[in-house]
Amino acid sequence: MKYLYFPGCSLSSTGRAYGESILAVFRALGLSFAEIDDWNCCGATSYMSVDERKAVALASRNLALAEEQGGAGPDGEVQVIAPCAACYLVLNKAQHLMDESPDLARTIKGALAQAQLSYTGRVKVRHPLDVFVNDVGLKALGEKARRPLKGMKVACYYGCQIVRPYATFDDQHNPTTMEQILKALGAEVVDWPLKTRCCGGTLTGTIEDVGLRLNYILLREAKRRKADLIATACPLCQFNLECNQDKISDQNKENVAIPVAYFTQLMGLAMGIPDRELGLQRSFVPVRVAAA
Amino acid sequence: MPESHWQRKITYEEQLNNDFAREIAEETGDKLYGCIQCGTCSGGCPVSPYMDYAPRRIIAMTRAGFERKVLESNTIWLCASCYNCTVECPKQIKITEVMYALKQRAIRKSVHPRRFTIPVLAKEFEDIVRRYGRSHESELLTRMFLKTNPFLMVKQALLGLRLFFTGRMAVFPDMIKARGGAKGDLETILRAVDEKKS
Repeated sequence: MKYLYFPGCSLSSTGRAYGESILAVFRALGLSFAEIDDWNCCGATSYMSVDERKAVALASRNLALAEEQGGAGPDGEVQVIAPCAACYLVLNKAQHLMDESPDLARTIKGALAQAQLSYTGRVKVRHPLDVFVNDVGLKALGEKARRPLKGMKVACYYGCQIVRPYATFDDQHNPTTMEQILKALGAEVVDWPLKTRCCGGTLTGTIEDVGLRLNYILLREAKRRKADLIATACPLCQFNLECNQDKISDQNKENVAIPVAYFTQLMGLAMGIPDRELGLQRSFVPVRVAAA
Repeated sequence: MPESHWQRKITYEEQLNNDFAREIAEETGDKLYGCIQCGTCSGGCPVSPYMDYAPRRIIAMTRAGFERKVLESNTIWLCASCYNCTVECPKQIKITEVMYALKQRAIRKSVHPRRFTIPVLAKEFEDIVRRYGRSHESELLTRMFLKTNPFLMVKQALLGLRLFFTGRMAVFPDMIKARGGAKGDLETILRAVDEKKS
C-alpha cells in the first residue's frame, strides 16, 4: 500500500526529531510513501478559534491535494499519515464537520473549485500508531528489533487529540497501541493513569503558570511510577514536557528531569538506526539506552 | 458596602441577550438546552481551577443570555481543546465546540481582554497562516509577545536559544508554492469562503 505523508508545520521546527525519526522508521520498514505536494498548515486549534468555515477550508485544501496526488480509482481510499496529534485531529474534524453539515460541505467544495481543486471524501486520515499496529503488525515490528529496548521502562503518553473526541483505532480512555509497539520492541511499560491527560497545548507559551502546572502533574506522576522516560506521539506534548523541565523543577523545588522521546525515536533505536538519523541530538534531556 | 457597589455588579434582565442561547445552540448542534447541569464537564476539565467560571456555569450563563459576561470571561480562552468534557458529557453536548463558537464570537465582536495573550495568539496565527500558508513559530511568538507583554519575551530568550542550537527553531518562514490565483492558491480559497458569508 502507498501512503501519503502530511508532516505539518511543527515537524520542521520544534518537532523536527519527530519528522526525522518517523521517516527513518518508514524507510527501515520498507513503507512506500510520498509527502503531499505543497501541503499547508492544518490550522490547529488557533485558527478554529477565529473562524470555523475558513479553518475547515484550510484543512480541506490538504484533503483535496491528497486526493489528487493519491490518484486511486473512484472508490479507492487515499491513505494519509498525519503524525502530529493536532493535524491528525483537524484533518479528521474537517471531514466530520463536512459530513454533518451539507451546507458547510457545499461552501468548502465551492471555494476549493475556485482554486481548481476538488474533494470527494476519499481520504482516510491515519495516525502512525494505527499504521504501525494495524498495517505493519506487531510481529513484523518485533522481527525488526536488532537492538531490543531491554530494561527500558517507558511511560507512554498519548495526550488529548489522538483519542478525543474521535477514537478511531484505539480505546478512548485507555489507549494501548503505543505500549503494544514498544513492548514488541523489547521495552517495559509502566502503568500510569495520566496517559491522556492534557499537557496544556499552547498554554505554556500564553499563560505559563497554568501550562507549567499541567506538565508538572504529568512529569511528577511519570517519575513516581519509576519510568526511565516518557514516550510521546505529538510535537507539542513533547515540547511541553521536555523543554520546560528546568522551570518546573525550580518552581516546585523538586527534580522532575526525565527524558521525553518520540515513540518513533525509540522504535528507531530498537531497529538499530543511528542516533543522528533519529534526531536524538536535538533532545534537551539526553535519551539513553541501557547497554545491551 | 455602599448600595452603588452591588448595583453595578448586577446584570439586569434588560441587559441580557435573549437570542444568545439559540444562536450558540444552532452553531453547535442544538444540544445546549439538554444540559442537566451535572458538572461532569467542570469536574474533568484540567484547567477549570484557573477559569473565571468553570464550563458548567458557562453553559448555564449562555442559556440564560449573559452574553457579555461569557464573552469577556477567561474561560473560553483557557480551554485548550482537550475534549475531555465533550467525550464525558452524559447529554452529548459538544462543549469544546461551544467554547470555539464563543471564541469566534468574542473575536468577531472584539470583546476579549485587549492584552490577553491567547486571543492575540489566535489572531496572529490566522494572519501568518494566511500569508505563508504555513505556521512560523518564532515569528508568531514574537508578534504575540510584542502585542501583549514584551517583557515575557526576555524571559523566554534562553529557551529560544536552546531551541535554536538544537536546530528546533526555523528562522525563516516556510511558504507554500501555489500563489497569485494559480491552481491551489490558498488566498483564492479563503476569499471564496469570506464572500460566501457576506
